[in-house]
Amino acid sequence: MPQSIMQQLNTYRSGPDEQGHFGIYGGRFVAETLMPLILEVEQAYNAAKVDPAFKAELRHYLTHYVGRPSPLYHAERLTANLGGAKIYFKRDELNHTGAHKINNCIGQILLARRMGKRRIIAETGAGQHGVATATVCALFDLPCTIYMGETDIERQKPNVFRMKLLGAEVKPVKSGSRTLKDAMNEALRDWVTNVEDTFYIIGTAAGPHPYPAMVRDFQSVIGEEVREQMIAAEGRLPDSLVACIGGGSNAIGLFYPFLDEPSVKMVAVEAAGHGIETGAHAASLTGGRPGVLHGNRTYLLQDDDGQITEGHSISAGLDYPGIGPEHSWLHDVGRVEYISATDNEALDAFQMCSRMEGIIPALEPAHALAGVIRIAPSLPKDHLLVMNLCGRGDKDIFTVAEALGVQI
Amino acid sequence: MSAAAVQSGVHEGFEAGQAARAADSGRLAAKFGALKQEGRGGLVTFVSAGDPDYATSLKLIQGLPAAGADVIEIGMPFTDPMADGPSIQASSLRALKSGMSLRRTIQLVQEFRATDATTPVILMGYYNPIYSYGVERFLTDAKAAGVDGLIVVDLPPEEDVELCVPALNAGVNFIRLATPTTDDKRMPTVLQNTSGFVYYVSVAGITGAGSATEDAISFAVERLRRHTDLPVAVGFGITTPDAAAAVARLADAAVVGSAIVNRIAANLDENGLASAGLVDDVLAFVRTLADGVRAARG
Repeated sequence: MPQSIMQQLNTYRSGPDEQGHFGIYGGRFVAETLMPLILEVEQAYNAAKVDPAFKAELRHYLTHYVGRPSPLYHAERLTANLGGAKIYFKRDELNHTGAHKINNCIGQILLARRMGKRRIIAETGAGQHGVATATVCALFDLPCTIYMGETDIERQKPNVFRMKLLGAEVKPVKSGSRTLKDAMNEALRDWVTNVEDTFYIIGTAAGPHPYPAMVRDFQSVIGEEVREQMIAAEGRLPDSLVACIGGGSNAIGLFYPFLDEPSVKMVAVEAAGHGIETGAHAASLTGGRPGVLHGNRTYLLQDDDGQITEGHSISAGLDYPGIGPEHSWLHDVGRVEYISATDNEALDAFQMCSRMEGIIPALEPAHALAGVIRIAPSLPKDHLLVMNLCGRGDKDIFTVAEALGVQI
Repeated sequence: MSAAAVQSGVHEGFEAGQAARAADSGRLAAKFGALKQEGRGGLVTFVSAGDPDYATSLKLIQGLPAAGADVIEIGMPFTDPMADGPSIQASSLRALKSGMSLRRTIQLVQEFRATDATTPVILMGYYNPIYSYGVERFLTDAKAAGVDGLIVVDLPPEEDVELCVPALNAGVNFIRLATPTTDDKRMPTVLQNTSGFVYYVSVAGITGAGSATEDAISFAVERLRRHTDLPVAVGFGITTPDAAAAVARLADAAVVGSAIVNRIAANLDENGLASAGLVDDVLAFVRTLADGVRAARG
């Protein structure tokens, strides 16, 4: 089976198999109406990824539109303060639109154009993926519909307005719990209804095959740059990598190029919300179990009956009851360590980063930083640690103000 | 991916023909055989298990055969019914709110079976609750309760090893959806491990949305008949007795879901609880559908 094949070849990078499986995870759990289209996307992606013209076009937009490569920055004050590992930030918050999401959106919209699709849909939770999708749709003049839960629309008004400014239609989702998972359900319902002309840009490394692999590949530019930049800066590979994880696209983008480097340790930080023990969290690996949702088998937050439960996190971007299937596999085989940080730990890290490095991080990477704060002090000073600062925090200032009891 | 690769995934570890035939020898085959003899199309009715509560739902389902339902399709409630429109989403959530679970759904079938030994019952839903329950245990319990077939929306042929193959081996029909996007090249893959009947989804979309024209349905049914000898049921967007009759003229059965579920919703009080006349009113509506279907080829 796939897992044993990977172990035989001594690589963690050969997944998924032809059926889209990472070990027992992944797959294509979608309605028959979508299956022919999913196969079409897979075929188109397989052709595009080896086409020099596609790669050149992608490279062009990443360089001149997104602003890549993003810097690898030595966070000196933070390093001195924590007194352990030498901490670097991968500055993906400096990308156009302020997060790593755009790396994937550029890739997928170029694929959609290759496939002759004339309409784009996407789901969004915090609004970052929605903004990135609306941005690339404006760039390529394609009509764009973004599904967003009514609850999230209320919580993320600035991003809703951004999407509208960019020309997207934001459709409020009133079904279910009115958050990200319901937005994804609604986007899938739209796709099933408009199969002929529509391309669905999924925002994280989850969903039916080939999405988890495709999103990973588009986000792997993060880790590939880190490898080059770290060798230029320190003459060797990093010792550890740290990233936050909701669906897990920024984490897999950072980790994937290093999976077969045994010396590189990887830590992903899930959102523990009010604490795993309270049940109000979004830590699918720590507090969930394997199940099937949104086209893939993966760890899910669910009750005894297999009903999906709500994730909670102060970060709307981590507030999803599932996780990308490759992470589920990496968790089970033990290649990546998955830990969690609470809302309060993330809030502390958010403030620390703002004051100590002059960078207001998004609440998502604030979780990664909370992990760094926990593990860095006990590491030796020559230990090279890279944290993915995958988004900037402008969108979160209202949430943080409210959490801190500040009127703005 | 090559067609061959898809095929190999579909066949993995399974002797299709035998189990499919074994599964076919039950109530579904008997029902479709009887319909053929009567020279009419059948009516498949859908309700969610436990909508709006267990007791009302049981009473309603027990009344369906006398109201003219030929096959009873029962929804296994799920929080995230991705292929369903607002009506069935709401019914699923009502059922969950009233305390339904997969265990209770199976119990509901068992209680129904105690009063009706012949009407075929098929369970429709999504994979996660079944996966969570455990595939082997589910098949054992469902079969023992008197379930004749399964429709699991998010299990395409590419995932047949999950549930389809074990179901066929356990003698439970696995009814596949064929859709307008399933082209002639893919159709054999879809039909390969299908048993009981084929459910043709007449519009690309979610339940309860638009409806297909008679010409389109006629064309699609003819196309399916070129590929399979299995009975063909047609669903999605059938809301009136006339529409059900039109489909019953062309296909072996018409499936009505959202319209029945809407009738349940219309009989709820301000607290979302069943009002006194719910069961009678919904069964009266089913009777009009059944009359339509029965008059169709008259």
